[in-house]
Amino acid sequence: MTSPTIAFGDGWTIARRNVIKVFRIPDLIIFSIVQPIMFVLLFAYVFGGAIQVPGVSYREFLIGGIFVQIVAFNSGVTAIGLADDLQKGIIDRFRTLPMARSAVLIGRTTSDLVTAVIVLVVMSICGLLVGWRIHSSVGEAIGGYAVVLLFSFAMSWIAATIGLAVRSVEVAQSAGLIWLFPVTFVSNVFVPLSSMPSWLQPIAEWNPISTVALAIRTLFGNIPEGVPPDGTRFPSQHPVLMSVVWCVLILVIFIPLAVQRYQRAAAR
Amino acid sequence: MAEGLVKTYGEVRALDGLDLEVPEGSVLGVLGPNGAGKTTCVRVLTTLLKPDSGRAEVAGIDVLRNPQPVRKLIGVSGQYAAVDEYLTGFENLDMVGRLYHLGRESSRQRARELLAQLRLNDAADRPVKTYSGGMRRRLDLAGALVARPQVLFLDEPTTGLDPRSRTEMWQVLLELVKAGTTVLLTTQYLEEADRLADSIMVVDHGKVIARGTSDELKAQIGGEVVEIVVADSERIPDAVRVLTKFGRGAVTVDEHTRRVSTSVDGSSPAATVLVEALRQLDSEGVTMLDVAVRRPTLDDVFLTLTGHAAEDDAPADGSGVAGSTSGKAGSTSDTNAGGAR
Repeated sequence: MTSPTIAFGDGWTIARRNVIKVFRIPDLIIFSIVQPIMFVLLFAYVFGGAIQVPGVSYREFLIGGIFVQIVAFNSGVTAIGLADDLQKGIIDRFRTLPMARSAVLIGRTTSDLVTAVIVLVVMSICGLLVGWRIHSSVGEAIGGYAVVLLFSFAMSWIAATIGLAVRSVEVAQSAGLIWLFPVTFVSNVFVPLSSMPSWLQPIAEWNPISTVALAIRTLFGNIPEGVPPDGTRFPSQHPVLMSVVWCVLILVIFIPLAVQRYQRAAAR
Repeated sequence: MAEGLVKTYGEVRALDGLDLEVPEGSVLGVLGPNGAGKTTCVRVLTTLLKPDSGRAEVAGIDVLRNPQPVRKLIGVSGQYAAVDEYLTGFENLDMVGRLYHLGRESSRQRARELLAQLRLNDAADRPVKTYSGGMRRRLDLAGALVARPQVLFLDEPTTGLDPRSRTEMWQVLLELVKAGTTVLLTTQYLEEADRLADSIMVVDHGKVIARGTSDELKAQIGGEVVEIVVADSERIPDAVRVLTKFGRGAVTVDEHTRRVSTSVDGSSPAATVLVEALRQLDSEGVTMLDVAVRRPTLDDVFLTLTGHAAEDDAPADGSGVAGSTSGKAGSTSDTNAGGAR
C-alpha cells in the first residue's frame, strides 16, 4: 500500500518537526547535556580514584563506557516524546492522514539520533578536557561513533515500545529510565568485569551495554596493547561484531513490537 | 454512511447499533450529552477505531476495509486541538500538507491560504504556545481543511470556547457550510446544531433517539405553545377552560407560577388562538400578568426525548442555549414570582 519512498518521506517530515521542537525547547537540550557532563565529572574525579582497571588509566576506560550509558539514558527522550504526542491527540491527527503508518516511529527514532549526536559531541569535549584521547585511526574513530549511534537507534525502538505502552508522559519518564539503571550498571561501563563476583561476570559480559562499551574502547584505541582482556567469552573476543549483532537483534525484535503497540495505542 | 455500529468498552456500550447518513453537500449535526457516543462514532468513521460490528462508508468507500483511501478524502478536527505547541501555525499546517503528500510548494501555499482564511495571518509565524484557545481550535480546523476534503468531521468544534471565540468559529464554519462541504458535526450545544446543521440526529447512550431537521424535531413534540400567566390563582380553572376550548390537546398547569399553557396544531395560527383566548378571558374579568406564543426549543425536544436536560455541564458563560433560542419564539418574557404578588 505505502511504498518505501512514501514511508521515508513521511518519516522525514515527522523527523523534521521533532528536530525543530528540540531547538525550540532549550531546557530539554540543556538537561540532556548536563547529565553526561555530570557523570563524566563525578566518575573522573570522585569515584575514579577508588576504581582500579588493570593496565588502563581510569579516564581512558571511563569515557567509552559513559558514551554507551548516556545514549541508553537518552533513549528516554523517545519514550517521552511518543507518550506526549499520544496524550495530546497529535497521533490521532496523524492517523487520520494518508501517511505511512510507520512514519511517526521512523521519524521519532531518527530525530532522536540528532539529540544523541549533540550529547556525544558534548561528552567528547568533556572527555578531552579530563584527559581522554582517541589513539586510533580516523576510520576506526568514525567506526566507534557509528557503533554508539547504531546502539542509540536500537535503544530508541525499545523506548518507543515503552512510551506507547504506558501512554502518559509522567509514567514514560520513569518507566523509560528505571530499567536502565541495573542494565547499565551491571556492565563494564564503570568497573572492570574482573572486579565483579564470578556469578555476575557472565551476565555482565553478555550485556549488550558491556559489548558496545568494549567495542568503542577498542575502536578508539583506549585499551593499550598487551593489556590482558577483561573477560574471555565470545563478546569480549569480538566486541564490534557482537555489538552489531546485538543492535540488529534489538531492532528485529522491537521494530515490529513498537509498530504493533502504535497501532493498538492509537486504536482505542 | 454508517450502519449498525456497535462498540463496547467492557460493560459500556459506547455505540449501540448506530446508523447515520449524511447526504453529499449537507451538514449533519450529531447532538447529544457527554458520553452519548458522539466521539466514538466520529473515531470509527475517521478510521481511528474499529467497531465491534457494523459497517461504515465514507464517499462510497468502506472505512473498515480501505482506511487509507478514505484518509485522503476526509478532514478531521477534534475536540482537543491536536496541534503542536512548539511549532508555529505555519509549520503545523505545512507539515500536515506534506503528510497529505501535496508537495513542498503546494503545502506552503495552502498553509498561507488557510491561515488567511481562518484569520490567523498575524500569528502565522508565532509558536502555537502563544495562541489563545480559540486560535488553536481554528488552527486545528485549518489542519482538517488542508487537503480540501470531500467530507469534514468536526468533533465538538466549540466545546470549551468562550462566547466570542465560539461566535468566530461559527462564522468560519458557516462559510464552509455555504461552500458546500459535506460535514458531520458533533456538538453538545443545541444552538450550534440549530445554526449549522441541515439535519440533526439526537444520540444518547450510543443510540439514535431522534432525527430530522431542527423544525421537524421541534414539531415532533407538538407545534407552537400558547402560554398565559394569571394574576390570581383562583382564576386558573377559568384559564384552563378557555385554553381547552381554543387550543388543541392537553393543557398543562403550573400552580406555582400560575402558568397555563397548551400546544397548538397547525389548523389555526397560534397568534389567533392567543387573541381569541385573551378576548374571552378579558371579558370574564381574568387579570393576566403575561402571555406568550413560543415555539418549542431544542431543549424541549431533548428533555422530552431523553428525560434529562441536554447540558449537564452548561458553558460557564451561560450564553448557551436557552437564551438565544427563545429569541425566535416571538413575544415572551418570563414572569418571576416577585412580579406576581
